[in-house]
Amino acid sequence: MTISRRDLLLGATGLAAAGTVASPGQVFAQAAGAPKYTPEPGATLRLLRWAPFVKGDDEAWLANTKKFSDATGVQVRVDKESWEDIRPKAAVAANVGSGPDLMLVWFDDPFQYPEKLLDVTDIATDLGNRFGGWYEGPKGYGQTKDGKFVALPLATIGNGLVWRQSVIEKAGFKDMPTDTKGFLELCQALAKNNLPRAGFAMGNAVGDGNNFAHWIVWSHGGQMVDESGKVVINSPETIAALNYARELYKTFIPGTEGWLDINNNRAWLAGEVGVTANGVSIYYSTKNEARFKEIADDTRSSILPVGPVGKPIELHQTTSAIIFRHTKFPNAARAYLQFMYDKPQMDAWIGGSSAYCCPALKGFIDNPVWNADPVHKPYARASETLRPNGYAGPLGFASAATMADYVMVNMVAEAATGQRTPEEAAKRAETRANRVYKV
Amino acid sequence: MATTAALSRPAPRETTLAERILQDRNVLGILFMLPAAAFLFLFLTYPLGLGVYLGFTDTRIGRAGVWVGFENYESLWGDSVFWLSVFNTFLYTFVASILKFMLGLWLALLLNEHLPFKALIRAIVLLPWVVPTVLSAIAFWWIFDAQFSIVTWSLQKLGLVQGSINWLGDPQIARASVIAANVWRGIPFVAITLLAGLQTIPPSLHEAATLDGATSWQRFWHITLPMLSPIIAVVMTFSVLFTFTDFQLIYVLTRGGPLNATHLMATLSFQRAIPGGQLGEGAAIAVAMVPFLLGAIMFSYFGLQRRRWQQGGQD
Repeated sequence: MTISRRDLLLGATGLAAAGTVASPGQVFAQAAGAPKYTPEPGATLRLLRWAPFVKGDDEAWLANTKKFSDATGVQVRVDKESWEDIRPKAAVAANVGSGPDLMLVWFDDPFQYPEKLLDVTDIATDLGNRFGGWYEGPKGYGQTKDGKFVALPLATIGNGLVWRQSVIEKAGFKDMPTDTKGFLELCQALAKNNLPRAGFAMGNAVGDGNNFAHWIVWSHGGQMVDESGKVVINSPETIAALNYARELYKTFIPGTEGWLDINNNRAWLAGEVGVTANGVSIYYSTKNEARFKEIADDTRSSILPVGPVGKPIELHQTTSAIIFRHTKFPNAARAYLQFMYDKPQMDAWIGGSSAYCCPALKGFIDNPVWNADPVHKPYARASETLRPNGYAGPLGFASAATMADYVMVNMVAEAATGQRTPEEAAKRAETRANRVYKV
Repeated sequence: MATTAALSRPAPRETTLAERILQDRNVLGILFMLPAAAFLFLFLTYPLGLGVYLGFTDTRIGRAGVWVGFENYESLWGDSVFWLSVFNTFLYTFVASILKFMLGLWLALLLNEHLPFKALIRAIVLLPWVVPTVLSAIAFWWIFDAQFSIVTWSLQKLGLVQGSINWLGDPQIARASVIAANVWRGIPFVAITLLAGLQTIPPSLHEAATLDGATSWQRFWHITLPMLSPIIAVVMTFSVLFTFTDFQLIYVLTRGGPLNATHLMATLSFQRAIPGGQLGEGAAIAVAMVPFLLGAIMFSYFGLQRRRWQQGGQD
């Protein structure tokens, strides 16, 4: 029998995978049946993530990371960047093949450079098997059409409808209507009775603007592209959605067409709006401050109203974990993510995030945080109601570029404000999307 | 004796080729210029060349592109948002530059007078220029807030307006708002530089003109302005360049909204290239700015610096 160099290498890899060549400090408990990755000797990692909005998220993530370092000896440096800098930083890291080993990225970022990312299918499959499976929406942000996972969906940053209960009661509504028709009637009643009005961002707001615009269009059956990536935005369903947006806009507080992500939070704190859509952070900005106690006690939340399509559909914001191929320590990076996605760590992190992060795995939704406060509850459905950006087409450059160019947001704003008729706005969006989808 | 002394003098040592080369004025000149040339090449020529090249490719973030010729430019030609950004950029540059020039010149003339606390006042005038753009942009963001604008509040208290003013929500008002913010920021640069120019004008010229019975307007028109025109050319060239390539103010205030009404070529280029991932198209938009910038420089140097113009004559 001859032993080739290849056999030797394969044998060494197998031994390493089995953990038999690892130093004692590098071994940590891994679930039975899970793929085993033993960190390379002397491995260190650098993770770049978005700056947390909730202190508990940061604390839990760092505590989990420390546990990993203690168990394996692998030091992990966690850097944070503002939300909007994550996309360019990830893109540059992928492009130049240098920088952080892992990142928490947004939306369809992984689909812009899938070949620069480590395949994590085995980990994703194992996590799915062990923790009740992935929610379909978030899964779409990690899995390519050929079934390969280039990212591990981490969480959905839920966007919910938030309102002041006392305000809607003064308008004659006991509860928030659950359908778009009733919701319009409520907003009209607020405006008519000179109460704090509704206000939704329609400026070039990455989070709130996109959430609102996609909800309006999707809830009426419109969509940017079909399964093949053909632009189908100029449809009767979209026109119906834009007509609805036009009626809704008439009830809004002035200035929403210039609103960026922060504006509705400001107006909310000032008591100027009675209804808006936001992450749960808008509630925490009042709950943790005594001077806003009245607003906090009066705050209620729900998922966004269901439109003619008959089921809740929302965009939300999604974050996924990726490992760059350029990392010198791929096994350490894989082991780190495996560890962070395991139930004890994920429970601590989801709990610490105070309902800000809805898990992408169904098995983690039993977290007590969702019942800790009634305002939290609707945010637990974020991963369930999520529909990926660029629905129903493939994720990639075109879907990301269409969103980055605010095609959907601009279309809704143009029609809502009367700058263009719904037909003109839909036609223009079609032309713009066609440029990106290269018709 | 003299002969002996001459004979004992050591024969001149033959210089080596390396020494001769190093003592050559031309070679030395090139050697001394090399660091600067390398610096310019590395940080100016290479990025610019790379940008121009990328504009002819379909490079995307994370994927090297292939040469597509003028495809990006053809695509932009039919892109209404691109043309809107071109219009916005010209409007922004034109209006802001004119306002900055007029107000800056006015301020410079005022500061050139004998004022108490002259040095202190001049230092204060420079403040808007010194404050980082992002900080002043955030201040303007509050000033132009749809709900909490101090300007709206003041006008309401004075009884001049009833409702709120949609500063950054209405396309026309948003354009005016961002121009106002840019003018506020840019005036000190123009004013202080023109002030330096004003102080180089010999007082004797004004005295002579005054003796000849010239009015203050005639003195300004026939002495101050012509004498100032070389520095005006330089200042306005820089001012136009800064304004044309502005990014931070727009990015903080509106992200190009509402409805792309304040998108400049620079902000659109960034939006397409980085968040949108289309490096090729983003580079093409950036490169499309170059001819306009060159045009502005040409106009300043070959137009405003003409001696005839400076002497108040016609072409």
